Parts: sequence; C-alpha cells; structure tokens
Amino acid sequence: MVVNCEHVWREISNYLDNEVSLEMRQAMEAHLRICKNCTAVLNGTRNVVQVYGDGRLFELPAGFSRRLQRRLAQQSSSWIFDSARTFWILAVAAVAVIVGGVSLSNSSVFRQPDTRSLLAQFPHGIPASLMVVVSSEGRLFHVPGCKYLHRHDGESLQMMTAAEAMKEGYAPCPRCLRQYLSSRVECPRVRPGPEFSVTLPPMLTTDSGF
Amino acid sequence: MGSFPDSTNIQVKMPAPADLREQDLIRRVQAGEKERFYELIKPYERRVYAAAFGVLRNEAEAEDAAQEAFLKALSHIRQFRSEARFSTWLIQIAVNEALMRRRKAHKEIMEPIGERQDDEGEYTPRDFADWREIPSEALERKEIREKLAAAVAALAEKYREVFLLRDVQHFSIEETAEALGISRASVKTRLLRARLMLRDLLAPGLGGAWLTRLPFEKGSKPW
Repeated sequence: MVVNCEHVWREISNYLDNEVSLEMRQAMEAHLRICKNCTAVLNGTRNVVQVYGDGRLFELPAGFSRRLQRRLAQQSSSWIFDSARTFWILAVAAVAVIVGGVSLSNSSVFRQPDTRSLLAQFPHGIPASLMVVVSSEGRLFHVPGCKYLHRHDGESLQMMTAAEAMKEGYAPCPRCLRQYLSSRVECPRVRPGPEFSVTLPPMLTTDSGF
Repeated sequence: MGSFPDSTNIQVKMPAPADLREQDLIRRVQAGEKERFYELIKPYERRVYAAAFGVLRNEAEAEDAAQEAFLKALSHIRQFRSEARFSTWLIQIAVNEALMRRRKAHKEIMEPIGERQDDEGEYTPRDFADWREIPSEALERKEIREKLAAAVAALAEKYREVFLLRDVQHFSIEETAEALGISRASVKTRLLRARLMLRDLLAPGLGGAWLTRLPFEKGSKPW
C-alpha cells in the first residue's frame, strides 16, 4: 500500500490512537520517512494530544472547593430537614387517621337505629332463665302465648330458656319481647349469664309458674 | 507437544491502593455516610469543572454546572455501578448537565472556527512548521495555559466536546460516543479535525515563539 499526504492527514488521528490497520501503519510510516510536512503535522498533532492530556490545563476558579463543600453541606442539611419534616408529617397524619377513625366509628353514620329493622336490634336484659317458645323452622323465640307465634305444618314447638334460644341463634320476637330490644346498635356478642338476670317481670319467669 | 505457560509469568492484576480506597469510599457513601462524599470527589473537581467548561465556555456557568453535577452525583450515588469508572460516571453527569444548560440558554454564540466545515469534508493543515516538544514546565506558566484554553474554546462546539472528552478527560472512543450520543465514526472524524485545527492554532506559538519570548510584550499576539 502506498499513501500520499492527504491519506496521512486523514488517518493521523487514528494513527496516534492505534486505530489503523498494520498495513496502513506501515504505509504511513514509509511516507513519513520521506515527507517533512507530514512529519511536522504528526509531531504537532501528537504535541496537542500530550499538552491537553497533561491535566493541568483547566484551573479551578478561586474558592471553587469551598463553595462546593458549602453546597454539599446545604444539601445534606436539607435532606435531614426533609427527613425530619417527613417524619412529623407522617406522625401527624397517623394521629389524624386514628382520631378520625375513632370519631367516625362513634358518628351517626354507624348509629342509625331508626333505619334498621327491629330484628337487627340487639336484645339486652332478657332474663337468661326466661322460658320461651321456639318453632323448629322459625327464627324467633317468643313468650308463650304470643299471638305472633305461628306453627306451620310439620313444625314443632319447643320450650327452652331465653339463653338457650339465643345460643341456638334465635332472635327475640320484636312484638312480645319488644321491651328488651335496644334502640342502640351494638355488635352482637354472647353475653355471660348474669347479665341476662336483670329486672325480671315476675309473670315471665319460670318461678312465676309459667 | 503443547507447552504450558510459565507460572512465574502469570500476573494477577490487583487494584491499586487508590482504587481500593475509592471503592471503599463509594461503598460508605452509598451506605449513607454522605459526609464523606467530598473526600470521594475531591480528586475529580478539576476534571468535572473542565468538562462543564468545555461545553459552556463560561467560568461562572461552568462552576454552577459542575457543582450541580456533584450534587446530582450525590443524590444518585446508589445508582453507580462499579463496572464503570467513577470518574467517567461523574464527568458524564457534568457533560449532561452542561449540555442541558446550553440547550436551555439558546445562546447565540459567534460561530467559532470550523463550524462551517462539516464532518465529511477534508481538512487540510495550514501550517507545516515543525513543532518541537513542549517542556513540561512550560505548562506551569499561567499564560501558556490560558492560550491553550483559549484555543480549545475557539473550536466549534461539536469538535470541542469530542476533543475535551477524548484528549482532556481521557475517555475512550466508545465512552465519548456514548456520552455525546454520537457514533464511534463521528467521534473519530471530529477528533481528527479538532486535533488538526488545534495544531494549526498552536503551532506558531508553541512551535517556539511563546516558549522563547515569554513573557510576551504588551500588545503582542503570538497567533
């Protein structure tokens, strides 16, 4: 391969960076041995690379490091401030959620006795030993003699205490046991026996000869 | 019969102590020791500033861009992966920051040397005077450094950026291409032009005049 000056100028940068083929390198070196101009261009270009690669060319402006350190410190402190601020925002939000939740649970939204069925009201104060009548297919327990106690064909009536009836899932009749139905709505739960034994009307207890 | 390599010639390349220290610092900063970040970046202050200055050509803007680049590096330090060189990562952030600022500014800059010459055209050297090697101590002189900085600042943007990354920051051709979003071939073409143009700009002065006649007489213009 034979190269001329223009080939050398075109490849001179690649030559310095070892980015030319072996054949091109040999051809360029053969040309450089006989061409003073191209040798001058090569030397000058190599000097440019060396001079600028020295690392001392660009001086930092006076005070650069001090100003940089100050900005880094400001950023770090702003992060700390942001972290603290985020913590307090989260803490306040958590308290707000808890207080709001408690307030909401006590609000009228969850206390709408007038709009609920009597059957959904929770009985309280029914004497545990009160003898009641249930129908095998019914869902309510009644005071014996309740006119709303109906027995359909095939159904049987059974006597039991109010406590047993409630334990088996029967609800109090909203007519004959109305006095025991709460106007408040509470979460249904099984109450212990003694709570049932309050203010017994004598005529409704087993002791009364019912 | 094949021969086995002489075990005495096998050399395991160990990281230099400075590299190990840097890696340790990076891990610490990534783990939350932010106060050690300056210690980590201190060796690269000048290079990061130079990268920003190369794009913006204004001292104040370059400083602001460089400092912003350091702050961004601190914010994203956990994204740094040890496969890359830390210096390359930092300088890329600085170049991106500077390029973004330049785009935002929409500056009308006087068209520098070489702007009209496209990448495909040939560049013919203007001066064939030989240029003797520059003594290292010459670079200690502020006026020489200023002449060199002025020469590189006179290059068109696209040549200056490639030249600064490749020859000042010592990026590889691939790293330069990646940082600027251009092809490898474009890097090589622009680099050739930048080097030849700088040679033409500097040869008369650094070929002897600046080195022998310094300090310059008042009003003299070596180039």
